[in-house]
Amino acid sequence: MAMTEQRVSYTLDSSLETIDNAEEKATRIATELGFPEDEIMQISMAVREGAVNAVLHGNAYAPDKKVTLAFEHTANDLVITIRDQGKGMDLSRIPNPLAPENLLKTSGRGIFLMRSFMDVVEIRPSETGTELKLIKHVHGPTAGGKEASQ
Amino acid sequence: MTMKVGSRQVDGVTIVDCSGRITLGEGSVILRDTVRDLLSKGNKKIVLNLGEVNYIDSSGIGELVSAFTTTKNQGGELKLLNLTKKVNDLLQITKLYTVFDVKDDETAAVKSFK
Repeated sequence: MAMTEQRVSYTLDSSLETIDNAEEKATRIATELGFPEDEIMQISMAVREGAVNAVLHGNAYAPDKKVTLAFEHTANDLVITIRDQGKGMDLSRIPNPLAPENLLKTSGRGIFLMRSFMDVVEIRPSETGTELKLIKHVHGPTAGGKEASQ
Repeated sequence: MTMKVGSRQVDGVTIVDCSGRITLGEGSVILRDTVRDLLSKGNKKIVLNLGEVNYIDSSGIGELVSAFTTTKNQGGELKLLNLTKKVNDLLQITKLYTVFDVKDDETAAVKSFK
């Protein structure tokens, strides 16, 4: 784990435990930052879905590949970055899970849920892995920088 | 909290009481195995009581869809009962609320089977 005053990052294995671990960290950090309960759930679920994609689809459970998870608290945002070491992904092939022909599919809803729950979702695939950035704006008393008022 | 299930029979309908989390891994596998086991034994009228399910992810949603289609493909019916607000909201935003037959009363759910 590497940590600075407002940024914390973790290097995690490509395992199911990492997914639960990432979700728990997101819940704890969002709670500490004072997000309301419904937004804590949204943030933790978005991180869980991002971790699922990194572990399953990116690294494909490969033991020699790692997932990097970072949380950064800026004045107005919680910025979460999840990186895998997979082969990248073709963004043009992400199906719309709300299309009638896809409604009964058993997968393909993760990115949709992330986009539903977060204010900004950026996906940057490359041949050496995919970087996912999830941003939630701070609306509560922490907006503008809680540290600045101390 | 991992997922737990228990099933009971009410007027020819199998009620599956689920609690905990339906997520990638154990939770999804338990649900899948439970529904497959019921269908293999000829129980084709199934109600998933999700009243104690406090968390579900996209994999869990996929398992609900899989349970629904697997049951339907075998000539049965699968309905959902007692959705928590979180699960209800997820089914709304994924438009699956219109796919599933969702009930909030067990007696009505049992009577709704043909």
